[in-house]
Amino acid sequence: MGKQKKEIDILTASAKRKKRKGKIEFLYILPFVLLVAVFSYYPLYGWIYAFYDYRPPYALSQVPFVGLKWFRTMIENEEKVKDILRVIRNTFAMSGISMLFSWFPMIFAVFLNEIKCRPFKKFVQTVTTLPNFISWVLVYSIAFSVLSTTGAVNSFLSSVITDYVPKDFLSSSEHVWFTQWLWLTWKNAGWAAIMYIAAITGIDESLTEAARIDGASRMQIIRHITLPSILPTYFVLVMLNLANFLSNGMEQYYVFQNSFNREYIEVLDLYVYNLKNMNGYSLSTAISILKTVISITLLGLTNKISKLIRGEGFI
Amino acid sequence: MSEEKEVKVKKLSDKQLEKLAAKYSGPRYKTSFSDKMISVITYVVYIFFAFVCLYPFYYIFINTISNNDLSNQGKIIFLPQEIHFENYKRVFQIDGLFHAFEVSLARTIVGTALTVIIAAFLGYMFTRNTLWKRKLWYRFIVATMYFNAGIIPWYLTMLNLGMQNNFWAYIFPMIVNPFYIVLCKTFVEGVPKELQEAAEIDGAGTLRIFWYIITPVIKPILATIAIFAAVNQWNAFQDTLLLVTDTKLHTLQYVLYNYINAANSIKAISSTSSSASVADSLAHVATATSVRMTVTIFVVTPIILVYPFFQKYFTKGIMIGAVKG
Repeated sequence: MGKQKKEIDILTASAKRKKRKGKIEFLYILPFVLLVAVFSYYPLYGWIYAFYDYRPPYALSQVPFVGLKWFRTMIENEEKVKDILRVIRNTFAMSGISMLFSWFPMIFAVFLNEIKCRPFKKFVQTVTTLPNFISWVLVYSIAFSVLSTTGAVNSFLSSVITDYVPKDFLSSSEHVWFTQWLWLTWKNAGWAAIMYIAAITGIDESLTEAARIDGASRMQIIRHITLPSILPTYFVLVMLNLANFLSNGMEQYYVFQNSFNREYIEVLDLYVYNLKNMNGYSLSTAISILKTVISITLLGLTNKISKLIRGEGFI
Repeated sequence: MSEEKEVKVKKLSDKQLEKLAAKYSGPRYKTSFSDKMISVITYVVYIFFAFVCLYPFYYIFINTISNNDLSNQGKIIFLPQEIHFENYKRVFQIDGLFHAFEVSLARTIVGTALTVIIAAFLGYMFTRNTLWKRKLWYRFIVATMYFNAGIIPWYLTMLNLGMQNNFWAYIFPMIVNPFYIVLCKTFVEGVPKELQEAAEIDGAGTLRIFWYIITPVIKPILATIAIFAAVNQWNAFQDTLLLVTDTKLHTLQYVLYNYINAANSIKAISSTSSSASVADSLAHVATATSVRMTVTIFVVTPIILVYPFFQKYFTKGIMIGAVKG
């Protein structure tokens, strides 16, 4: 009896020690938990501005509470409705084009893998990945240098075509969605391809070897072995794209925007920023709330679809 | 280590196999005409892609070292002409540019160091079963990957926190990165538990184990994270745009963005023109274009310099990310 009690005592003592240790360990991570609370969760408190008529020089306590006014504005004020519809159209167009061409990095990787000259393959991979690591400001600076009236493209065209009139490509309202997609692809495609290249490297060699012995041509191998092996990767990325359908980010469109292309370039993320300059803090916040709610719903939906089809989600 | 060795051994034997195959069974492929056509087309297309990605950098560079007058007229397309380095000398004299470089460098160094240490430490702590309410805190941090308050609510709350014109606005919001923490946690979980247990029996505490046992083992993933964090810090633009009005805190990216507007480049020229001699020919006089292009090269050079050196790390990183995600 006494022996047993002693054992229990020792056990509870060790459990207590463990518990105390766990609390001390929690103190170690506490500063970082607080950082997250302040810089990631506290901004959610900023949603309160959507229910006030906020104007910058005044404090929140000095401006009137307006309830759901800004949410109603979104569907009642004719001018705003027009703006919002336009912005949503642009967002859908940009995201839609990206989705439509989302196979590009995959095909890029598949055919890159067909190149047998290793140094050339490595060179292409290195060079096409580089743009991913420069900022959008730099991309814009490059675009400006290459596409301005005295830039490389115009100079080259005028040296080839007689009577060529230089065009200022960046101050054009034509093909904005497509050219923005081109810049996005210029920056990201090489990087996105790396994922597929990794997936292709993982394909069992004996499979392709067997196909070759059976006399399969290259295209047949690509169609029946390579592509089916990397489709799951593609599927996950498409689902992620779908989850981020409303979030194009603002940086790219911010640096490329000007008064000529604004009509077509202003996506949702840029619009909520631009509202700041028109004193539309509260309206912008209201739109952000809706956007966040829809985005999280989309994420949950795509995750569920992924679970249904692949048997596992990505969250 | 052992993994790399294995790969090397495999490569060697593959090559040998290829040689043997070539010796005994002729060409490896049944090279039909269509296969050959595919080869040719593939090479042409990839040469085009490589050109499209590389040429803009080359184009800007040759323009910065060429006769400024010719460059301004758009005459420099494929080869530099009348090479000179006045543009670079002049750019270093522009007010505030070197200071912006220092700000960018400072945020990159401080931000990267903290991001890496925090990712490693939290990644490790979240593998410890003893940690009080481990799952809760882990979810608390990881959940931030999936939502975003929006740019204006973020901006307004940052103002409340006194983050306007504050250097720490470049650091604090970015250093606890849930994605890197997940990466580190996955990596630490792969470290044999016996290593930690042995150290614990020898009396090592949580922090000691982290510093002397865990960090040396997870160095490869930390290198990868360091590169991503550094590139993010160096390229960051939005935080300056939103929160900084004080020119003393402007970063290189922000200054470059301002120079793309011609008016600002011209202002920059006038700030340096006093030092330019009267005898300066039109060929060397700074123009809005020359300033813009030279600053561009100045901003992109650090990335291009470190890029080939770190390439193998980020390839590894994205593969780990792919396995996880």
